[in-house]
Amino acid sequence: MSNQAASVPPLRKPLPVSGRSRSGMAIILIGVALIVATMLFGSHIGEYYYLATYTILQFIILGTAWNILGGYGGYVNFGTAGFFAIGCYTTIVLNKIFPMPLFFEMFVAAVTAGLIGLGTGYLTLRLRGVFFSIATLALAIVLQTLIVNWSFVGGARGVYVIRPAVSGIFISYVQFLVVLMVGLATFAIFVAWAVEKSWIGIGLAAIRDDEAAAETSGVPSLRLKLIATTVSGALMGMAGAPFPYYVTYVDPATAFGLAIAVNSIAMPLVGGTAAWWGPVVGAILLGSAQQILTVTISSAANLFIVGILLVGFLTLAPRGVVGIVRGWKRGRR
Amino acid sequence: MEFSWDLVINAIVTGVILGGFYASVAIGVTIAFGMLDIVNIAHPAFMIAGAYLAFWGSEKCGFDPFVSMAVFAPCGYLFGRAFYRAYHFFFERRGDESLQGLAFFFGILFIVEIGVVLIFGVDYRSISEPYLESTIGVGFVSVPWRMLVPFLVGLGMLGSINLYLSRTFTGRTILAVSQDVEALRLVGANPIHAKEVAFGIAVATAIIAGVLLIIIQPVEPSITREYIGRAFAICVLGGIASIPGTLVASLILGVAEALTTTFYGPSWSPAVSFGLLLLTLIFRPAGIFGR
Repeated sequence: MSNQAASVPPLRKPLPVSGRSRSGMAIILIGVALIVATMLFGSHIGEYYYLATYTILQFIILGTAWNILGGYGGYVNFGTAGFFAIGCYTTIVLNKIFPMPLFFEMFVAAVTAGLIGLGTGYLTLRLRGVFFSIATLALAIVLQTLIVNWSFVGGARGVYVIRPAVSGIFISYVQFLVVLMVGLATFAIFVAWAVEKSWIGIGLAAIRDDEAAAETSGVPSLRLKLIATTVSGALMGMAGAPFPYYVTYVDPATAFGLAIAVNSIAMPLVGGTAAWWGPVVGAILLGSAQQILTVTISSAANLFIVGILLVGFLTLAPRGVVGIVRGWKRGRR
Repeated sequence: MEFSWDLVINAIVTGVILGGFYASVAIGVTIAFGMLDIVNIAHPAFMIAGAYLAFWGSEKCGFDPFVSMAVFAPCGYLFGRAFYRAYHFFFERRGDESLQGLAFFFGILFIVEIGVVLIFGVDYRSISEPYLESTIGVGFVSVPWRMLVPFLVGLGMLGSINLYLSRTFTGRTILAVSQDVEALRLVGANPIHAKEVAFGIAVATAIIAGVLLIIIQPVEPSITREYIGRAFAICVLGGIASIPGTLVASLILGVAEALTTTFYGPSWSPAVSFGLLLLTLIFRPAGIFGR
């Protein structure tokens, strides 16, 4: 996936229409190809690799979703874990009331998280960007406190979720989840690409560079920011919805984990925030590095290294991998 | 819990005393965020570093908490100056504060927290001195010294910082930085130097607040997250750059938390500061003492 992504030309000026739809088609084709590959060769892959792949795919979705508001618009969301947990707990609540198809649960999770994003954005996006960032941090903690005190979903003790029976064409439920996550990741990347290339993305870039100037030249900044917050929140909630079936036991400390908040910021910034493929590259790099480090060293050390990498990239390569690739291409010309 | 006036008065006294300590945590955010426009969300990480330095000093060298403050706060000041230099070089100079700079502080917060976990583990750590264990009676409420010392030191810090900022030349330059950097350049003062000194002071207050924290209660590394909420709630509620505002907001938060803990239980207390922060941002983003 990363090879394919890296071959896309840098998009400093708008490409002709055919070129635009070509990378959109490419995203969908790669997604379909990966799903077919997982289905065909699924039985040859060990369970561990499915679990590792699931985690990396989840971070591709979260990083991509974060980047829609953070990278394109320049508004930092510290509350990714909150939106992710909204998705998790929507599934848990629906599942407790009446077992229903995962697709429906994902839809409800996305709508709920999107609406909470819209609400938070509506209340705080009029202020300076930093207040939005602090408000998202606050939102995650307030939500966590509510869940901890809500015994219906297990409170602080957590809750067990039973995986439904696996349907015919899949070997195991985990394989089904991985195929589902490939589909979701493809969808998220496609959405990010579509936003980036549309008038929304251009408007958001103007806001990021100079909000006052953008507003003076007629960019409807509040509306664009609200669209970005809603889309970004909805994708994060969607990524959280299958999580209870993946882990089968969820407690607030996992769903609101610091690792989720840090990774979803570190991955786009390491990969590069200016293009849709930045978060994907960042998630694959950091995600696989963490999988290897967790196995070889320890999980505390792997988070430490994520922090070091984040700070290292921010200081030495503030435009991430995207910036390095673009600088290199420019130098060659 | 059953309502009774005894409990209310007890909670208010506890809250006010806790508020004095919160003021010592928030003053550094008021300086960095309010006056210098540096969104230092890593402030609680510097605080936890101070707490663990005090623990380390007490274990290895038998330092009294006050000795720890005297030794480690100047180190924090020098570290803060160097840290601001680096931050300025990598982010402010390039105009990258809003996205990369914010993420940078988030990364630092994370590195310090995990670093403490790797060095000291996730267990609770505490220090004890005989004089901290005794209590003093105020009316019918008895207050332990381990609460009263942080309260008094917190108030002393606010008072002396207020004096420093209003009476000395560098202090006034720091106040001027928060108002108009260009005008400051015109009168021949160096805004970068002023910001460097002020950031050093902010980190030094975080170290002292950390020593106070470990006097009050045993600490563990993930405590930083609660204090991000507390420090920023106080700073925003107080009007961002106002020192009297910081004090008043600290007392409000302390009392609100103590009342919540008394009547609803401690599991709700993290929501108090963040809830207060959200409500302030929604209804009065300028804060109480805001201009």
